[in-house]
Parts: sequence; C-alpha cells; structure tokens
Amino acid sequence: MALTVERPKSRGLGQRNAWLMHLALMAASVLFIFPLVWLIMTSLKPVEDTMKVPPVWIPKVFHFENYPQAFVYQSDQLGYIPFLVYARNTLVLAILTVSGAVASNALVAYAFARMRWKGRDFLFAATLATMMVPFPVLMVPTYALFKALHWTDTFRPLWVPAWFGNAFSIFLLRQFFRTIPFELSEAARIDGCSEWGIFRHVILPLSKPALAVIALFTFMGTWNDFMGPLIYLTRQELFTLGLGLQAYQTQHGGTPWHLLMAATTMVIAPVLILFFFTQKQFIQGIAVTGLKG
Amino acid sequence: MTARRKEAWTALLFVSPWIVGFSTFLLYPLLASVYYSFCDYSVLHSPVWVGTANYTTLYHDEVFWKTLGNTLIYTLMALPMSMIVALSLAMMLNAKVRGMTIYRTIFFVPSLVPAASLAILWLWIFNGQQGVVNGVLQPLLDATNGLLHLLHIPAALSAPQWLSSPVWSKPALVLMGVWGSGNAMLIYLAGLQDVPQALYEAADLDGAGWWAKTWHVTLPMLSPVILFNLIMGIIGTLQVFTVPYIMFPGGSPERSTYFYTMYLYDNAFVYLKMGYACAMGWIMFLIILVLTLVALRMSERRVYYGGS
Repeated sequence: MALTVERPKSRGLGQRNAWLMHLALMAASVLFIFPLVWLIMTSLKPVEDTMKVPPVWIPKVFHFENYPQAFVYQSDQLGYIPFLVYARNTLVLAILTVSGAVASNALVAYAFARMRWKGRDFLFAATLATMMVPFPVLMVPTYALFKALHWTDTFRPLWVPAWFGNAFSIFLLRQFFRTIPFELSEAARIDGCSEWGIFRHVILPLSKPALAVIALFTFMGTWNDFMGPLIYLTRQELFTLGLGLQAYQTQHGGTPWHLLMAATTMVIAPVLILFFFTQKQFIQGIAVTGLKG
Repeated sequence: MTARRKEAWTALLFVSPWIVGFSTFLLYPLLASVYYSFCDYSVLHSPVWVGTANYTTLYHDEVFWKTLGNTLIYTLMALPMSMIVALSLAMMLNAKVRGMTIYRTIFFVPSLVPAASLAILWLWIFNGQQGVVNGVLQPLLDATNGLLHLLHIPAALSAPQWLSSPVWSKPALVLMGVWGSGNAMLIYLAGLQDVPQALYEAADLDGAGWWAKTWHVTLPMLSPVILFNLIMGIIGTLQVFTVPYIMFPGGSPERSTYFYTMYLYDNAFVYLKMGYACAMGWIMFLIILVLTLVALRMSERRVYYGGS
C-alpha cells in the first residue's frame, strides 16, 4: 500500500523560489550599492579618467593623493576651501548637540515617565501635538529671535536649543523609562535614595541602549543638517561640511569631480563607520520609531 | 512639606529644560509666526500689521501655485514609489533568506548618506556629459535604435537629460528618494517580524498561497506601520528642500524643481519678505494637517490594530 503524504509547503520557501529570491535580492543589492562604489571609484581617479566616455569603471592606478588634495583645493569663486575647518566645525557642533540632547532629554523624560506632578499629562500632550508642526512654520520667528540676541553667524543657534530638550527624543526616552520596573525605584526610595539618586544610579545605568539611540540620532541630525547652517552661517570660516561641499560645486563648469567625490566620501565615511560600530542600536532605534507610532 | 509636594518641586526641576525649550523654541515661534503672517515684516524693522494681505497676495502669486503644484506632483510620484520599494525589500528580507543581515545593511546604508552629500553624488551620477547613468543607458538605447532601424522603424532614442530637462528632473529626484528608502524598509521589517507566526501556520492549513497570505495576513497586520510611514512620508516629502536646493539652483530647469520650502526660504532670506514666508508656512501646515487627517480617515476601516 503506497501512501503518499503530501508535505505541507511550510517553512518558508522551496528550493527554486529561494534561488529566485536570492537573484532578486542580488540585483537590488547591485543597484543600491553601485552609487557608493562609483563615488569611491571616482574619488580615486586621475582627472582625465573622470571625463572619458564610455566611463572608466576602475582606474588603472588608485590615486589616493586625491584625498589630501581635496583639503587644499582652490575654487575660482571662493578661493581656498578649508575642508578641515569645516570638518572641525561640524564635529564641534555634533559634540555640543549630542551631549546637550542626552543630558536634557534624559532629565525631562524621567520627569514625564516616573514622577507625578500637576500639568504633566497636559504638557506631554502639548509636546506630542507640536511634533507635527513643520519646521518652515517656526523658521522665521526662530531666526528673528536669534538675530535679536546677536547670535547669527555664531554656532549658538545650532547647538543651544539641543540643551533644552526635543519632543521626539523625550517621547522615545519616556517610553523606554516606563518599561523599567517601578519596584526598583521604590526599593531605592526605601533605602533613602533621593529622586536624583534614583535617576542617576538606577534609571540611567539601565537605559544605556536608549540613550545611545538618542545620541546616535542627534549626531546624525547635526551631521546631516544643511538648512540650519545655511540660515545662520554666512562667514566661510564657520561653515559646516554640508555647506562646504556645496562650495566646490557652485562654480560654473570645470567642477573637479574626482576631488569633490573624495571630499564627499570623507563626509559620508564617519556616518558609515559609526553605523557599522553601532548597528544594533541603530536598527533597533529605527524599528522602535515605527512601532510606537 | 509633604512628600507629594516635594516630588512635584523636584519634577519641576527635572522638567525645567523642556519648559524653557518648549516655550522658547516651539510655543513662542508658533504664536509669533501666526502674528507675522498678518504683517509686513523683514527682520530689519518691526512688523507692521497688514491684515490678510499676505494671504491674498499668495492667492494671486503664480510662483506660489507653481511651487505648490511641483511639490504635490513630486510627492505623488516619490511617496508611492519609495513606499512600494521599501515594503517589497522588507518582505523579501522577511522570507528568511540566508545572508539577510548583509542584504539589510546594503539596502539601509544609502539612507545614511547626508542630504548635501547625496545631492553632490547624484549630480555626478546624472551629469549630462560624463554621467554614469547615461554612460550605461546610451549604448543600450543606441543598440535599440539600430535594431529598430533593421525593422525599418526610424528611431532616435536618447538618454534622458536628467538635470536639464523639466520632464526628467523630478523623476531624477524620485530615483534618489527610492535609493534612500532604507529607513522605511527597516521600520517595515520590524513590523513584519512582529506578525505572529501562528497566523501564517493557520493560513497554511487553510491552503492559502503566497498571495493570499500577503493579502489577508501580512498587509492587514502591517497596516498600522504602513499608515505611520505614509504620514511621516507626507510630512517629510512636502518639506523637501536640501537636495533640490543644491542640485537645481533656483529650481531649474524651467522651475520644474522649485519646491514649496525653497520658495518659502527664498521669500524669507533672499527677498526678506518674512511675513509672507510665515503665511506660506501656515498654508503648508494646513495642507499637512488636511492630508494627514484624510489618510487617517481613509485608513479607519483598513488599518488593523492588534489586541495588544
């Protein structure tokens, strides 16, 4: 008696479908990775190779000297482009905003998540409501405010606000703080711990992953910000990398693409390096933003 | 002092940075922006009340309508494209293929590229003479032309002028948006991994195929995440600024890439018509609000919120 049992097609994909899936994923991967490969290849080419049609895919010799040359490039319009100064400016801003964001948002989120006070729910609702306001609405009065303080053409408009909390970060941290068992706070309180002591010695040590996410997002926000520096900075020695990159390009014709691509690579590289070292926090952080919505 | 009152005072101390920040950098600008939108204001002198003049001028401002149209068209092109690509990639990654983490990294990394660098990089990729996209496309099109000639069909297909043709400038930006959709992909992927395996097993028992499972299990379970990405996408795409600002100075070619926020920025900081810019800001806010409400309303019956 031959009994044929039809095997249920469970456990994902059949052999043939798995191959098709890999093929599709590989094709998509090539398309997604290509622009970055092209960026790096161009940055290593001699200038003649950037002008050839059909394109030179891989230069015969890698011209690593393009990288130091991008530091000392003279543009027709702006003269010497101090790339290292831009890099330093951006880094200083990033350090100031990241430290401010971690410190202020942790404090504020703690009060929202784990303390009782009048007006808490109202202020939290107001905080959430303003998250939807687009920046262009606030742009002009904020500029006028900083102008009145004589803060334009300084870094202050770009980092001082970070020390006073951010709606999105407060929300994210509050959600995290609420997942920490309240019994821990009670136990500490019975042991005579002050509210600050609980915050400092119980909550903060347990919240390192969430604080890392805030630090990462703030760093990315500052590193990527273009509009802020564009509005507030007019003196070239204060420019950030984003504004600086634009300076290579605005001259008419004759853009030194190999040097510009070297400079662009150096702007992108820190972000990518940071990502590869903190992948777990990064991916979890982004996943959380979607699921809490 | 009771313990309760002491806690309230301590809390106030903890929350004080945000009370200052909220009122200085959100509440005050919000209220001032309403006021300025009814004023003639250039930051150089104090605002002068002009009633609804800014809004009526906007109504008759051709450039305003042009930039609003550009922005809505671009959103209609870019948002569905990026959402579909992000969702498809996430669903492929969720099929438990080997090397999933590597693929995930590859699809995600482009979304990390800072906007200014993104603009510069794609200026080079789309470049008219030496751009690599057309460097690949043109030989393919030439071959097609040759083939069509053999069939006695006169054809002269040429590669798109991504940066200098008003027809192709927006699609160029859409392609770049799709390239950077890895962020949304990660959010979808997290949502997909939260779908209970039991639902698929139940569907298997009912003999459901891949399509049926996608349609009746995956998409309904994922609908809150899709809605979230849709609303975030609407808010973000309507405010598009940095990439076109760098790639297409002045919204060239033929103002086809002159977007709403670019015109708002120009009004505020180039023409110093700051009251006018505030009025534009509020109209944008209203548009975002209306679209968000429409999205929420239309999704009411289609979005499934699980029991948790």
